[in-house]
Amino acid sequence: MPTAISHQPAIRCRGVTKDYGTGNALVRALRGVDLELWPGELSLLVGPSGCGKTTLLSVIAGILDQSEGDVAVLGTDLGRLSNRQKVRFRGRHIGFVFQQFNLLPALSAVENVSVPLVLQGYRKRAAMARAEQVLKSMGMGDRLASLPGKLSGGQQQRVAIARALVHEPQVVVCDEPTSALDAKTGHVIMRLLRNVAMERERAVIVVTHDARVFEFGDRIARMEDGQIVEIQQQTPARGDEPATLTMKTA
Amino acid sequence: MIWIAWKMLTGNPGKYVGIILGISFAALLIAQQSSIFCGLMRLTTSQIQDITGADIWVMDPNVQYVDDIKPMSDNDLYRVRGVSGVEWAVRLYKGITRARLPDGNFQQVIMIGLDDASLVGAPQIMLAGSLEDLRQPDSIIMDEAGYRLLWPGQPLLPGKSFEMNDRRAIVVGVCKSRRTFMTFPIVYTRYSQATLFIPAERKVLSFVLTSPVPGISSEEVCERIDNQTGLKALTRDQFMETTIIYYLKKTGIPMNFGITVLLGFIVGTAISGQTFYLFTIENLKQFGALKAMGATNMRLVGMILLQAVVVGVVGYGLGVGAAAIFGATIGNTDRLAFYMPWGVLVGTGVAVMFMVVLASLLSVRRVLVLPPAIVFQG
Repeated sequence: MPTAISHQPAIRCRGVTKDYGTGNALVRALRGVDLELWPGELSLLVGPSGCGKTTLLSVIAGILDQSEGDVAVLGTDLGRLSNRQKVRFRGRHIGFVFQQFNLLPALSAVENVSVPLVLQGYRKRAAMARAEQVLKSMGMGDRLASLPGKLSGGQQQRVAIARALVHEPQVVVCDEPTSALDAKTGHVIMRLLRNVAMERERAVIVVTHDARVFEFGDRIARMEDGQIVEIQQQTPARGDEPATLTMKTA
Repeated sequence: MIWIAWKMLTGNPGKYVGIILGISFAALLIAQQSSIFCGLMRLTTSQIQDITGADIWVMDPNVQYVDDIKPMSDNDLYRVRGVSGVEWAVRLYKGITRARLPDGNFQQVIMIGLDDASLVGAPQIMLAGSLEDLRQPDSIIMDEAGYRLLWPGQPLLPGKSFEMNDRRAIVVGVCKSRRTFMTFPIVYTRYSQATLFIPAERKVLSFVLTSPVPGISSEEVCERIDNQTGLKALTRDQFMETTIIYYLKKTGIPMNFGITVLLGFIVGTAISGQTFYLFTIENLKQFGALKAMGATNMRLVGMILLQAVVVGVVGYGLGVGAAAIFGATIGNTDRLAFYMPWGVLVGTGVAVMFMVVLASLLSVRRVLVLPPAIVFQG
C-alpha cells in the first residue's frame, strides 16, 4: 500500500456524489465534491446539519461507497478496492474517533485501545503493551484499567483518540469529537488532535459544527447542500485570531 | 478476538446470567423429561430384566409385548425342546390374578410361575426367606414393594398369607424386584403351584424360556425355533425392544413427553434467543465500530457464534447437572421413574446447540447487514 508523503495530498476527492434511495425517493447527499486534504494538517469539515459532512467523512474513511466520482486516500483509489481490501485498508491506514466514543463498555481503557491492533493480528500481550504506551503518552497512565463507564467524557474521548492512533494510521477521521464535551475539554481534545496531525505528518479530518473549535483547523472546508462552498486555508492557530486565506469554490 | 468476545458477553452479568438461565432451564426440562420418559419405558421391560438365566423367550406369534399374554399349549414346550441348537427349555407362567387379603380386600397381583425343577427366572436378591422355600406347598415369594403395599410398616418377614383362587398362599420370602409399569405386587411361585392359584384354563403356558447350545448364537436359535415351530422366539434384548416399541407406538406416552420436551425447547429458544438478540442490538454500535476499524464480517460472526457456544455449553452443563441431581434425589424414590442414558445427554446437547445457533442466527444476520457507517450516526 502506498504511504502519504507531504507533497501529495493524503486525500483527494474528485466529483464525488452520493445518492440515497431511488426514483422519487432519491436524495443526493453529495453533489460533486472536489477536495484535497494534506498530511500534517488538521482539516475541519463544517456546515449546517444535513449538509453532507458525515456522508463525505464516511466516503473518505471507506465505510460508505460513493455513487460517482473518485476518492483516493494515501494514493489508493478506494473505488478500485474490493470490500475485503477496503476493510483491510481501513484497519491499517485509518483511525476513527466517534462522537459518542463507541468504546466497548466491557473492556478497560487499555483493552479498548488495543482492539485495532488485535484486529490486525497482534497477540493480546503485545497489543496491550503498545496500548499502554499510547495511553500513558496521553496522560491516561493512571486510568489504564478503568472501564469506560468510570471515565469522564473527556477521558473517554482521549481513550478513543488513543485507540485511533495505536496502530499508527496516516489518516484519522473524527466525527464531532467535541460535541459531547464541555468547551474546556473540547479545546483540550482539539489541541490533542492538532498535535496528532503535526507530530507524525498525519491527515486529521474533523467533522464539526462547533464554532468554538474552528480556530484549531489548518483548513476549513465549509459545506452546504452536499457541496463544498468554501475552503478556508488558515495559518496554524497558535495565536488568538487565526490569519485566513479564503477561496470560494461554489 | 476470543477474549474480546468473552468480555463483551460477560461484561453485563445480568444479561449473561439471563441467557444462561434460559438455556439451563430448557436443558433441564429436556433432559429431565426425556429421562423420566426413558425411566418409564424401562419400567415396561422390568420383568424381562428380572427374569434372568434364559437368553431366549418363546411365545405365541401374536404376542406384542411382555404383558400381552397369549397362552400356548404344553406341547409347544416339547416342540421347542426338539429344535436343534436348544440346550434346554422350561415353561414360564405370567399373568395377573386376584388375591383376597385377610381383611377381605382384594388386590391384583402379577404372578410368575417358575419351572418346578430348575426355578429358572427366580428372583436374584432375597431380602427375607430363601428361594428353596418355594418348594414348600402353597408357597410364594413376594417382591418388596408389593409386601410394603399390602402390609405397610411391617417388617419383611415370611409367614404372611392370603388367598388366590380360594387357595391359601403363604409368603415364604421377600425379594428385590424392579418396579413394574403396572405397579401391582409381584408374586413368584412354582409353575405347578401357579396353575392352582389361577382359575382353571385349558392352556396356561405363557412363555418358554430357553438357552442355546454353546457355540450357537441366540439369534440363530431364535430363527430355527421360528421356522420349525411357528412360534415367535426373541432374544432378551429383542423382547425388551419389542415391548418398548409397542408402548411407543400404541400409547400416548411419547406424545405427552414429546410435547413437554418440545415446549422446553421452544421456551429455551425464545428466552435465550430474545435475550441474545437484545444483547446484540445493544452492542450494535460497538459491532459497527469494530467493522469500521477493520473487523471482517467473518470475524464478527465468529465472535457471535463463540458467545453462543459459550452460553450453550455453560447452560447445557447447568441444566443437565440439575436434571442429574434431580434424578439422584427425587428420581431414586419409588414414586418416579428416572433413567438418564448417554443418549439423553447427547440428545439434550444437540438440542441446546441447535437452540443457541438458532438464537444467534438473528443476531448474526443483524450484524452482517450492519453498515459500518452506522458509527457516524449520532
